[in-house]
Amino acid sequence: MTQSKISVKNLNMYYGDFHALKNVNLEVEANQVTALIGPSGCGKSTFLRVLNRMNDLIEGVKVEGSVLLDGCDIYRPEEDVVNLRKRIGMVFQRPNPFPMSVYDNIAYGPRIHGIKDKRKLDEIVEKSLRAAVIWDEVQDRLYKSAIGLSGGQQQRICIARLLAVEPEVLLMDEPTSALDPLATMKIEELIQALKKEYTIIIVTHNMQQAARVSDVTAFFLTGDLLEYGKTDTIFTKPTDKRTEDYITGRFG
Amino acid sequence: MKNSFVYKYLSLRNSESLGRFLTTMAALIAIVSTITIVVFISLKGLSTFTTNGVSLKEFLFSTNWLPDRPLAEGGPQVGVLAFIIGSLVVSMLAVLVSAPLSIACAVFIVEIAPYWGQRFLQPAIELLAGIPSVVYGYIGLSVLVPFIRDNIGGLGFSVLAGFLVLSVMILPTIVSMLIDSLKSLPRDYKEASLALGSTRWQAIRLVLIPAARSGLVTGIVLGLARAFGEALAVQMVIGNTRVMPTSILDPVITLTSAITMDMGNTPMGSLWNNALWSMGLLLLIMSFIFILIVRYGVRRGGISR
Repeated sequence: MTQSKISVKNLNMYYGDFHALKNVNLEVEANQVTALIGPSGCGKSTFLRVLNRMNDLIEGVKVEGSVLLDGCDIYRPEEDVVNLRKRIGMVFQRPNPFPMSVYDNIAYGPRIHGIKDKRKLDEIVEKSLRAAVIWDEVQDRLYKSAIGLSGGQQQRICIARLLAVEPEVLLMDEPTSALDPLATMKIEELIQALKKEYTIIIVTHNMQQAARVSDVTAFFLTGDLLEYGKTDTIFTKPTDKRTEDYITGRFG
Repeated sequence: MKNSFVYKYLSLRNSESLGRFLTTMAALIAIVSTITIVVFISLKGLSTFTTNGVSLKEFLFSTNWLPDRPLAEGGPQVGVLAFIIGSLVVSMLAVLVSAPLSIACAVFIVEIAPYWGQRFLQPAIELLAGIPSVVYGYIGLSVLVPFIRDNIGGLGFSVLAGFLVLSVMILPTIVSMLIDSLKSLPRDYKEASLALGSTRWQAIRLVLIPAARSGLVTGIVLGLARAFGEALAVQMVIGNTRVMPTSILDPVITLTSAITMDMGNTPMGSLWNNALWSMGLLLLIMSFIFILIVRYGVRRGGISR
């Protein structure tokens, strides 16, 4: 049996007294797109943030169980969180490029990780922008502020910024919820292209999106991972009645 | 029925016009007083050049301050360069000391320890703004001046004492501008940086502080304006000698302290008195420039879209 890229075992998470994730077990395979779906407040975004330890920033959070990345527990006390976040990158719900030039946005990651050589940086910037399929749109305005771009372009800049640090896993927290349909389509195409090289986990509110982009779907409800499996199976013959109700739009 | 409606309508109209009248009057008073003050100072200040025939160049670029020199020895001369330099040096050094401290304070309050910072440090810094300047001057005079005299050298009354006192006085101005600016940044910036594998310090230094730079510049300009215009506290600790300082331990004089020192001793309408008004006009122009920088320069210097 091949080892999963990420393996979550008996994961429980609490915000103070609130039990946000209840005994979650999930295997994420490399080079696949895993979609996390479920109604608001079901814990899917929380779960995503467990994977790159973004929840560390919030006080009163307690995590139990284990999250293995390539077989290694990321909640070990000696885990280097900074290095972990370099390996597991994140795209946020609202596009959040830094208020600096396109170039500096992309070069930010490599720079903080110690790359100073201008030629090398140029190379990384171009490669990342090409990989995020935004190079053609911004190559003439690399040195202008990224804030002036459209929402969809900004989100692809954010993805390019992430690719520049060469992560292994991409976490996407509703990356298209602030975008129009056309921009959404571009991001989805991008996700399809990226999965050849990266392992992608995407949180989405949009059922069609989950069906379109993902290989595996996990359905969360009030902190429980109710069901997970091949996207085709989940969407055509879910085993749990509640999954079916949610997918067919009866609640949520 | 119809009458009562008209009555109501009219009374509404009346109360509305009363409110309108009151607010318009209040606005007019503010505008008129600003204009009259500016006109008055300009007329007074310009009379040095129009009535007394002093050349602008001599006024601004000469260090000879001899307003009571008898005609036999060449007549009075009013060059205020030493005062201008004194003001500039003292205020800029104050900002130089205060700005890094302010950045550290603001970052501490907003990013490092929000609970502790917003509960104790921020009120403490805001209290600094409420301390009367005479108290700052008094403390400077009785603590700082002897300390400098005994431990560093010179008379104690010095550029050093002046800008140290000022740097504390302008700290709250810069800090509060920076706090507002840092708080208004989207939380996402920090998270995005951390998610790329930056340390918290890298996120603060490379993303948050640069993103808040318009607040920093505004704070610095406002701080500079305050330092430039401060008279009392500065006057108490800088010694007020009308010569160019050559080291930070030398005594110095500023435009403001020169005005307060002499204004009681000179007859209205004399060259000496007019020269003081010209210095006042100069201060006014400087503060206009500072305000213009804040209003137009900072916005344009911000993020270009």
